[in-house]
Amino acid sequence: MNKIILGRYIPGASFVHRLDPRSKLILSFFFIVVIFFANNVQSYLLLGVFTLFCVYLSKISLAFFIKGVRPLIWLILFTVVLQIFFTRGGQVYWQFGPFSVTHFGLVNGGFVFCRFVLIIFMSTLLTLTTAPLEIASALEALMLPLKKFKVPVYEISLMISIALRFVPTLMDETEKIMNAQRSRGVNFGEGSLIKQLKAVVPLLIPLFVGAFNRAEDLATAMEARGYRGGEGRTKYRVHFWKRRDTLSCVLFGLLTLLLLFLRNW
Amino acid sequence: MEKIIEIADLTFHYPQQDSELLRQVNLTIHKGEWVALIGHNGSGKSTLARLIDGLLVPTTGTLKIGGTILSDASVWQIRKKIGMVFQNPDNQFVGANVEEDVAFGLENLAIPRAQMQVRVKEALQRVNMWEFREHEPARLSGGQKQRVALAGVIAMRPEIIILDEATSMLDPEGRKDVIKIIQELSQAGFTIISITHDINEASLAQRVVVLNDGQILQAATPQTVFARGEKLLAVGLDVPFSEKLKVALSRQGLHVPAGYLTEEGMIDWLCQSISKT
Repeated sequence: MNKIILGRYIPGASFVHRLDPRSKLILSFFFIVVIFFANNVQSYLLLGVFTLFCVYLSKISLAFFIKGVRPLIWLILFTVVLQIFFTRGGQVYWQFGPFSVTHFGLVNGGFVFCRFVLIIFMSTLLTLTTAPLEIASALEALMLPLKKFKVPVYEISLMISIALRFVPTLMDETEKIMNAQRSRGVNFGEGSLIKQLKAVVPLLIPLFVGAFNRAEDLATAMEARGYRGGEGRTKYRVHFWKRRDTLSCVLFGLLTLLLLFLRNW
Repeated sequence: MEKIIEIADLTFHYPQQDSELLRQVNLTIHKGEWVALIGHNGSGKSTLARLIDGLLVPTTGTLKIGGTILSDASVWQIRKKIGMVFQNPDNQFVGANVEEDVAFGLENLAIPRAQMQVRVKEALQRVNMWEFREHEPARLSGGQKQRVALAGVIAMRPEIIILDEATSMLDPEGRKDVIKIIQELSQAGFTIISITHDINEASLAQRVVVLNDGQILQAATPQTVFARGEKLLAVGLDVPFSEKLKVALSRQGLHVPAGYLTEEGMIDWLCQSISKT
């Protein structure tokens, strides 16, 4: 249950931690876009070094980032293998029917692998250094212009923040129900697929019922505390754009320029 | 004394149900009073609390809070005067962390941020949770979460605080902490209504209201109510430990005082009796 590294915030006070969540969110997206410009060894090396530098700035052990890659490793390897087998060009090392391993294929496979790992590292950096709620409130701030199009921005962000806040609570409850079922002889993760699916049903039903009860309690509690919808509320959590946020943006800008300079046109 | 809650001929039943959850309830609560509502499960205690806060609408009868009649038009004004803490510590924690949860109610009231910060700090210091201000709910015990819920209520500066079985899901340590804070709040002049199963908590109140099947059975001082002893057991209620001990002693043929004894009173009486023999 505790293996989900995505969304596992590690409190700290590093440079990256103290960045405004809005700038972290924008820059992470920006990085994912920029990474598609890289197309040779030098440019990937640049991005790799830059990512490691960011990891260093966060003062979080590299092991956490590697753990973040692990759940996706099969997807990555599958994509890499596809790239290797189906990219043609350059020296042919091996061929069998439609499959062939060529020089280009291997290089491309390597690039795809790097791209995946760098994207995961960057997004893990975002989630490790930013509390989920910070991300939610940054999203709200960034979505605010959508209010003009009658998008219920406040409500959406409240929904996200409540969902995030209840993740640990519901995980605890799942654990409890699983233990209760185990003590009655249910085996989770054993037997055929059908059997395993059947074992999940008595887990999901009480979980759903519990979640509905919680939702009702929470709604009553919120109403009792004067909640009347998102309009006309003041905000306790506010964001302040600081020098380091501007600095980070400049840094990413320079990175992009350097990357455009290094890539093959 | 100034009347703060006036309940007159209050009857309530859910539209889909035939039986009435509350029947002809009349109750007046004065400013600064601490009233404990006790009764077995389904006696209508929580329903009464929700009616006072306007979370439910009475079928018949009127509710007056601070002189204003509770209606659709006045409900939000009245809710500002009432703070409620519910039973399950997990299901009333709205914010991401302690300070944001305390601020939630203030955000709803559109209090300016500078003032919010002052009030949040003040409220959290009052319940000794200021050092935990950045903790997420998952890192808090049940008792700590209830203290945060109390802080959320205190920050809104209500006149009335309703505790709907707020201590029933806590361990003894957490319960003690919460009760201590309630005592402090009562001394500070808040009107307190505590719905409880914990007889020891009820015995701290100035007045105990016993509800049985939607009707008020008795409303009197804890001493008078608990002196009824076994009659309380008959309506599905527990009596305090000191009262149980008294009943057991009298069964042994010992002569015991007639009125209700608090735990300390019981200890004193026991010590005196032992030193006499």
